[in-house]
Amino acid sequence: MERIDNVFYSYANKSSGLIDPEGIEALCSDLEVDHTDVRILMLAWKMKSEKQGYFTLEEWRRGLKALRADNVHKLKKALPELEKEVKRPTNFVDFYSYAFQYCLTGNEKEKQKSIDIESICQLLDLALGFQFRSQVDYFIDYLKIQSDYKVINLDQWMGFYRFCNEINFPGLSNYDPELAWPLILDNFVEWLREKQT
Amino acid sequence: MERKVIELDQGWDYMQKGITKLKRILEGSVEQFNSEEYMMLYTTIYNMCTQKPPHDYSQQLYDKYKDSFEEYISSTVLPAIREKHDEFMLRELVKRWGNHKLMVRWLSRFFHYLDRYFIARRSLPALNEVGLTCFRSLVCFFRQNFDTFCILIQIDKEREGEQIDKALLKNVLDIFVEIGMGQMDCYEQDFEAPMLEDTGVYYSHKASSWILDDSCPAYMLKSEECLKKERDRVAHYLHSSSEAKLVEKVQHELLVNFSTQLLEKENSGCRALLRDDKVDDLSRMYRLYHKIPKGLDPVATIFKQHITAEGMLLVQQAEDAASNQLFFDSQVLIRKVIELHDKYLAYVSDCFQNHTLFHKAMKEAFEIFCNKTVGGSPSAELLATFCDNILKKGGSEKLSDEAIEDILEKVVKLLAYISDKDLFAEFYRKKLARRLLFERSANEEHVTDLTLAKDNQNEFENYLSNNPNAHPGIDLSVNVLTTGFWPSYKSSDLNLPSEMVRGVQVFKEFYDTKSKHRKLTWIYSLGSCQLIGNFEAKKIEMVVSTYQAAILLLFNTSDRLSYSEIMTQSNLGHEDLVRLLHSLSCAKYKILIKEPISKTVSPNDIFEFNPKFTDRMRRIKIPLPVVDERKKVVEDVDKDRRYAIDAAIVRIMKSRKVLGHQQLVSECVEQLSRMFKPDIKAIKKRMEDLIARDYLERDKENANLFRYLA
Repeated sequence: MERIDNVFYSYANKSSGLIDPEGIEALCSDLEVDHTDVRILMLAWKMKSEKQGYFTLEEWRRGLKALRADNVHKLKKALPELEKEVKRPTNFVDFYSYAFQYCLTGNEKEKQKSIDIESICQLLDLALGFQFRSQVDYFIDYLKIQSDYKVINLDQWMGFYRFCNEINFPGLSNYDPELAWPLILDNFVEWLREKQT
Repeated sequence: MERKVIELDQGWDYMQKGITKLKRILEGSVEQFNSEEYMMLYTTIYNMCTQKPPHDYSQQLYDKYKDSFEEYISSTVLPAIREKHDEFMLRELVKRWGNHKLMVRWLSRFFHYLDRYFIARRSLPALNEVGLTCFRSLVCFFRQNFDTFCILIQIDKEREGEQIDKALLKNVLDIFVEIGMGQMDCYEQDFEAPMLEDTGVYYSHKASSWILDDSCPAYMLKSEECLKKERDRVAHYLHSSSEAKLVEKVQHELLVNFSTQLLEKENSGCRALLRDDKVDDLSRMYRLYHKIPKGLDPVATIFKQHITAEGMLLVQQAEDAASNQLFFDSQVLIRKVIELHDKYLAYVSDCFQNHTLFHKAMKEAFEIFCNKTVGGSPSAELLATFCDNILKKGGSEKLSDEAIEDILEKVVKLLAYISDKDLFAEFYRKKLARRLLFERSANEEHVTDLTLAKDNQNEFENYLSNNPNAHPGIDLSVNVLTTGFWPSYKSSDLNLPSEMVRGVQVFKEFYDTKSKHRKLTWIYSLGSCQLIGNFEAKKIEMVVSTYQAAILLLFNTSDRLSYSEIMTQSNLGHEDLVRLLHSLSCAKYKILIKEPISKTVSPNDIFEFNPKFTDRMRRIKIPLPVVDERKKVVEDVDKDRRYAIDAAIVRIMKSRKVLGHQQLVSECVEQLSRMFKPDIKAIKKRMEDLIARDYLERDKENANLFRYLA
């Protein structure tokens, strides 16, 4: 327990008592993982971290205990196992949803509900790219050229995951716009179909 | 005294004599049975049946009774029938049947005692039945439907126009019926079924040649006649139960089988009949096909296509006129559509007996072309403009109040076909307000405010004549309206030309004497002016809007002004300015010369007064096209629709609590259908918005289910 705390303090900002973005960068380089790597996001999920870019002591403890790591070396070794854990379908939905909410900015009073297009594109790439490469790439292309939506909300975000899981790609034969798919996906499918003819 | 036992042979011998005599009578002898003879024969049977066993011969007598018939039929009756042909055979059959019935009657009288006890005890058929059945099985069976065959030949002969003996046929067919003894099976199986088949073959043959040679009306006429003749046939000699089946058969061969070829006949089929207004033929078509299940469907489809084509043609013509910038009069289009409507409504009621199928076809056709945009204007707007014109003093021709009401009723009918009813309402409202402001509507509805305004004006004039110091400098008349009674009009902060400033000032002073507590807001955008232009050729009076006047008056002090200078001096916005300058320099009357010369006004243009302008007339009206109104109206209606959809969704979800996506969408569409047809995408968008605003949430398990959040 003490060891975990010590590792925490070695990265934490002295004045705030939290690990801040700088600290995280340092942690990443020690873990030999790029700070934009999805595994950091997975770590945050494991910790149930609330604010992007910051780890509290409680969160740190929670995460490292769960991963049974009390030093950086062990933490590094735990990453592959963590990856496997996240990718299990039952966990992945939770992780995917978490990824979105983690990126929302704002404080208690003015909690944001949606994320701007550019950030979404990055997030999609990070969170879903490895699993649904082609869908993600096409969707990102579409998001960039469309002008109906400037931000994406959670419902649309989750809708896209459902889309990847349920809809034949690139055939799209079983997509029915009369169902409750978010409108942005209806438009996306229309755009795709037009491209294919 | 003991009765003497009668032996079977002995008794039967005696009976046989009686039977033989009966046969002689049937063959024509004038002999008769007297009561004594009858009694003897009856009693013989009686005795033989009531003797004690082994001398009770009931069974044997029953069998012999039956044998008597069989013997007679096979030895005498059948040969007699067989040796004749055709009609004669039929006659023989009828005669023999008559005979047979007689024989049955007499014999069953003689043998009657058997009927009383024996047959009931043994559950055997009664004597009468036995007798008739014999005829049936022997004659009909052995004949193998030769008689049916003969009858059919007769029937076909009659169909070809030959005279036949209808009474004979009736008699023959009565045999078939009677023989059934209450059941129709003999008639149906032995006669009717083959008859129907023969009929089918006959008409199928006829139809195949007629369909090639005859035009549609001719074919229909023939069909109608055939059906009538077949019905007559039933009345004359067929059994009434055959009518429905016969008619169906004929209809099937003539009308159902060749329905497509008939209706689609080029130059004479349904389409051509509609085109050429052949009301009688179409009525016949309706009569023929309406009894056939689904028979009218193809006719209704062609009807719908025809109306749609005619309607689309009108729309296309109008669209062409508009795009070629020829004079596009929307009045004409609407009038033509009304005429089209009247025309086909008449068809539906006269030819098609107001059948719902045709009402529906017409409705669907009108819905297709009545929702097209023509010359940039949505149909809702065209219709509103049309109403506006009618109500403005009865339109271009003076119409009586009755005529106006008539036309407006027809417009309402057309309105039913338009899906954007709310758009119509909005346009209508705006035009109504304008009509009330500027002109007296044809119905002379006295709007209190306008009356007050008129009173006001009169008072103002009095004030002026009583106050020599009050010089407006111009002739000024003002309408004062109460805010709130009228749609809100935007009016920009026009820099009033000096010529008008004094006038406004004087009015304000006057108004203040009337009521100190009221604030006047001047809506210059609705004003109009009369200016006199001093052109080189001659002076011309111009009727323009106040805004236009304001711009023109600027040229009293400068000959040339740039766009931006005009803007600064008049204090008008881009949107207004472009429109105004266009109307004065690029339209019909070029009061100003624009540099560079082009069709549109741009901020870099320079304007100069055009002294060389002239016109045939001494007084011209320079119109200001109110294009923007449409854009604004459409925007307003879109906004209202968004609220309407939101409200509908919330209302539905509040009462249902949980609802599937498709159901929600369809209920929403239904609720709003009275006013407009909501776009599915628009509904989805509003739902998303409501989710974001926490009115609804999507179910976690089922993505197609939505829940209301209180």
